[in-house]
Amino acid sequence: MNHLPLIIKREYLTKVKNKSFIIMTFLSPIIFITLIAVVAYLSQLNNDKIRVISILDESGIVKNVFKNTDHTSYNILDNNMALEDAIALVQETEGYGLLHVKNIPQEKISSSNFTFYSEDSPSLTLMSDLESEIQSELTLQNRIKENIDEEKLKATRVSINIGQESFDGEKTSKVDSVVKLIFGCAAGYLLFMFIIIYGNMIMRSVIEEKTSRIIEVIISSVKPVQLMLGKIIGTSLAGITQLVIWIILGGVLMTITSIILGIDISEMQTPQQQIMEQAMENSEVNLQIQNAFTAFLNLPLFNLIIAFILFFISGYLLYSSLYAAIGAAVDNETDTQQFMLPIILPLILAVYIGIFTVIEDPHGTVSTVFSFIPLTSPVVMLMRIPFGVPIWQQVLSLLILVGSFMSTVWFASKIYRVGILMYGKKPSYKELMKWIKY
Amino acid sequence: MNNLLEVNNVSKYFGDFKALNDVSITIPRGSIFGLLGPNGAGKTTLIRVINQITMPDSGSVSLDGEPLHQNHVMDIGYLPEERGLYKSMKVGEQAIYLAQLKGLSKTEAKKRLKYWFERLEIGDWWNKKIQELSKGMAQKIQFVVTVLHEPKLLIFDEPFSGFDPINANLIKDEILRLRENGATVIFSTHRMESVEELCDDIALINKSNKILDGKLVDVKRQYKINTYEVGIRAKNQSILEKDLSERFSISKANFKTLEDELKLNIKLKQGEKPNELLSYLTSKGEVSHFVELIPSVNDIFIQAVKNN
Repeated sequence: MNHLPLIIKREYLTKVKNKSFIIMTFLSPIIFITLIAVVAYLSQLNNDKIRVISILDESGIVKNVFKNTDHTSYNILDNNMALEDAIALVQETEGYGLLHVKNIPQEKISSSNFTFYSEDSPSLTLMSDLESEIQSELTLQNRIKENIDEEKLKATRVSINIGQESFDGEKTSKVDSVVKLIFGCAAGYLLFMFIIIYGNMIMRSVIEEKTSRIIEVIISSVKPVQLMLGKIIGTSLAGITQLVIWIILGGVLMTITSIILGIDISEMQTPQQQIMEQAMENSEVNLQIQNAFTAFLNLPLFNLIIAFILFFISGYLLYSSLYAAIGAAVDNETDTQQFMLPIILPLILAVYIGIFTVIEDPHGTVSTVFSFIPLTSPVVMLMRIPFGVPIWQQVLSLLILVGSFMSTVWFASKIYRVGILMYGKKPSYKELMKWIKY
Repeated sequence: MNNLLEVNNVSKYFGDFKALNDVSITIPRGSIFGLLGPNGAGKTTLIRVINQITMPDSGSVSLDGEPLHQNHVMDIGYLPEERGLYKSMKVGEQAIYLAQLKGLSKTEAKKRLKYWFERLEIGDWWNKKIQELSKGMAQKIQFVVTVLHEPKLLIFDEPFSGFDPINANLIKDEILRLRENGATVIFSTHRMESVEELCDDIALINKSNKILDGKLVDVKRQYKINTYEVGIRAKNQSILEKDLSERFSISKANFKTLEDELKLNIKLKQGEKPNELLSYLTSKGEVSHFVELIPSVNDIFIQAVKNN
């Protein structure tokens, strides 16, 4: 008689009906979105403030350079004013700061002639804005003086983007790589999080069955392996449910908050984005955005989705059976620490290899080797696949993974079978090996 | 088939530790079978082997003439000594789940549970969580879950622990009633008075070996010490006592009587008949008390374990 569906159903319903699970499911997106909204709101507030910057230009070179913008207004001071008086004035009027330019002829101008005085250290964006304005103005004036025709100069400028093409004739680009990277990292990271959160949940549920002493009643009706698989599958389904609710709820909340607060969260104005936006006007960047989109379409999507599902499931099952075995081996959660390290370590290793090595060299020795080693392969392989991994490698890695998953389930179920009936003492690794032989 | 369960030469090792050594027992159909033994003797291991929780290293177990297989879990109801229920699950839901694991359909489980809950007057617990109930209450539910699928073989490991005398009695009556309805019961306990009261057959396991088994009356007969408890009134009790000590081996007995009289335990030698003793005694004085001493299960237990 197959009890698996029954066990899965119970595990799923208990998890889903659990109060803290429900609270976490609905509270997490709310907290997350609130946090984003608060940050967005605050940075908007910050942006609404107009900075007044006073300019004391003794040389008279740059005083006409600055134009008022939405966030910044310039106050040109009389160039006969003493520096001390100017600073006092700015302090008095609570201006943002004072740019002082020494009185020197244009030929001898250098960085040491410019100083910005302010209460605290000024914002980086503001400084780079000021610098670039002064630079371009002075460059322009120098060119005029040397009789260099600005139009001709522009016409002679050449911009080069080296085209990338694989030996198979597949076109790639830098943007391509970034898109691939984002995809790989997202997939790998999702698996990592899923394993940590729901693996722990499985472990706790095994421990709970042990401490409530119901386990002997249950396994007089069902085989321990069935119970273990039922637990793993039921908990994973609950996890998927939670994830889906998070995504939907997150999306809905995001829309609602942005409507209510009138903040376009997706276009939050951070300084970096401001720079990006300015750069966007450049047609080159526009082209890159287009490239990114085509790069996305050019990704081996079908391969990616299939590989994601297969590697995700087998990788997750591999780890969760280990978690279940740990749960069976100990009496309470505090005793789990000693056994957690061998699980967490390869997982973290996989993510680091993914982030540092795969980006640099997706098909190098390190990346390739670790995409075959079972405990790291699901994460590393998922990160490599967007860069185009030969099918035979994917299949081989998957076979190794499934093989080791099956032997882990066998091994875990041995520990599970013995461990769930052992109470009282924390087992050593040596004892665990003995259990396997029972 | 007269025997419901036959355990043949079962051995089980845990590493170097021998938990069961060539143990064979047969359990007659319709009996209440007492499985006795000191702590750590191997009783629980044997019960787990019968429940297919632990696989024996050698030997075999057959239920109803068939070697044990997975479907036999439907024919066995097991109340382990280490028992519990899911703390945060509701009583009714939980009972239905456990019954379904034993192969009952949901509606059938519900129907039978209603009957049992009414019978044990626990109907209003249906929607409570286990953590809201007392230990004794949870025990009652566990008992119901164990017997709900009407198994041929019921295994109770210390079924009365945690019950007050009234509830213990209630459960005892239920066990007897289940036996009347055709179930066979294996009963493991350290409470010898309930073995005395309930069991038809017993087996005693000590240090992984079975050292004794059979019908309770046969076992008692085997451990009979041919001793009679005697109360007798005579004119001169000390002379009578001296006379008796020359013919039989005697010792002081201790039982309550209304009159002052000579109270003795008299052990007969091999071949001597109780009637000979009785006629001798009647010739010496007035016999007010003459009872054969039957060894209690408690005595047998202690003696058998010591001799082993």
